[in-house]
Amino acid sequence: MLLQYAKVFLVGGALCAAGQLLIDYTRLTPARILTGYVIAGVLLGALGLYAPLADWAGAGATVPLTGFGWNLARGVKKAVAEQGLLGVFTGGFTAASAGLCAAVLFGLLAALLGKPRDKN
Amino acid sequence: MSKRIGKQTLFLPSAPAVEGYAAVVGKKEGEGPLGKRFDFISEDSYFGQASWEKAESHMLRQCFELACDKAKIPPSDLDFILAGDLLNQCVSSAFAMRQSAVPYLGLYGACSTMAEGLSLGALLLDGDFARQVCALTGSHFCTAERQYRFPLEYGGQRTPSSQWTVTGAGAVVLGKKGRLHVTHVTAGKIVDAGIKDPNSMGSAMAPAAYDTLRAHFRDTGRGPEDYDAIFTGDLGALGHDILQALFRADGVDLGPCYMDCGVLIYDLAAQGVNAGGSGCGCCASVLGGHILQAMEDGVWSRVLFAAAGALMSPTSAQQGESIPGICHALVLEREVD
Repeated sequence: MLLQYAKVFLVGGALCAAGQLLIDYTRLTPARILTGYVIAGVLLGALGLYAPLADWAGAGATVPLTGFGWNLARGVKKAVAEQGLLGVFTGGFTAASAGLCAAVLFGLLAALLGKPRDKN
Repeated sequence: MSKRIGKQTLFLPSAPAVEGYAAVVGKKEGEGPLGKRFDFISEDSYFGQASWEKAESHMLRQCFELACDKAKIPPSDLDFILAGDLLNQCVSSAFAMRQSAVPYLGLYGACSTMAEGLSLGALLLDGDFARQVCALTGSHFCTAERQYRFPLEYGGQRTPSSQWTVTGAGAVVLGKKGRLHVTHVTAGKIVDAGIKDPNSMGSAMAPAAYDTLRAHFRDTGRGPEDYDAIFTGDLGALGHDILQALFRADGVDLGPCYMDCGVLIYDLAAQGVNAGGSGCGCCASVLGGHILQAMEDGVWSRVLFAAAGALMSPTSAQQGESIPGICHALVLEREVD
């Protein structure tokens, strides 16, 4: 089990470190890095490279945004297979529905229960 | 005799005097190298208010009242208030002054606002259009994040070259009585060097500072050696170096008397502020808390105060526009004993 945790943190950490390097050494804005990660996940998923990484590293691959992109792509693939072209529009949302709803809900809860604090 | 000397500089024969000044800052600024110099440090970033914007307004009001107290005049005696800030429609200044019952001149100069307000205030006095005025401005880290980037709750990351918007305000009352005087004003032209990176404000504003300071030296026939200290507002560590390099290319050495308020207000290494402080409140609080006091204490007799600002908006940046800079400068001189 310790080995499993190690794999998760190594891969997740490496993906985060890549993002930090992009922030520190390139002029890319955080928003561009964010969308870049999602698109990278879609592309790596399409090339069949992300599934093996997710199998090996678990949450280390699925939690970072590349994992979100991969999830979107899988959802679209599945929906297209089931519904045809309509699946292009529905698939991503279906696959990400739990995560999106959780994000909105917890964001709302945080806003209601907490007061924003300075960055000191 | 014309009071215009050269293309951009005005000489003020009546030498409007500094009657009072104050600076109010937040916790981080209070923990910086100039901490003991400020009139009031708020541990609470909300300043006891319900929102960041209300906090900024409250801070401006507090600073204004402190400056008037120190000048020993009731605010209602002022002929004009000149104020501005970084927020949409400059609301924090306007709301801070809404009860003042004094003619209000709202300004926008981004981080150059303190110099702009002081310059215009000095002109109103020298032209006999006013007997006492107050110029003030300020900024707040949290409102600036919401205004220019994302609300703090977004949890975004900062780049190494970005600056930290100062939570601070500075106010100066100008009138007839005082030992410190505004003798010259050099108004700046907008200078756009084509820089597009909003994370690198220092490099966007340095060309404007160079342009205005060069105009000042040319118009007055003076050089850096004629000043005990030269201050820029918030070029930051990077912008400070760029400005020195620009002058060095002309064969002019700004010398060790050149300092940047953004570098003075924080301990860059210890406080994790990347390239230094920024925002209207940066040079305003350093002026109102440190520079003017030091001049009265005899540390410096003649100071060149030049505040530069970046005249962009989040929208203009998103539309791919570059960042135009502007810098206004003025000369402060202490009366000889």
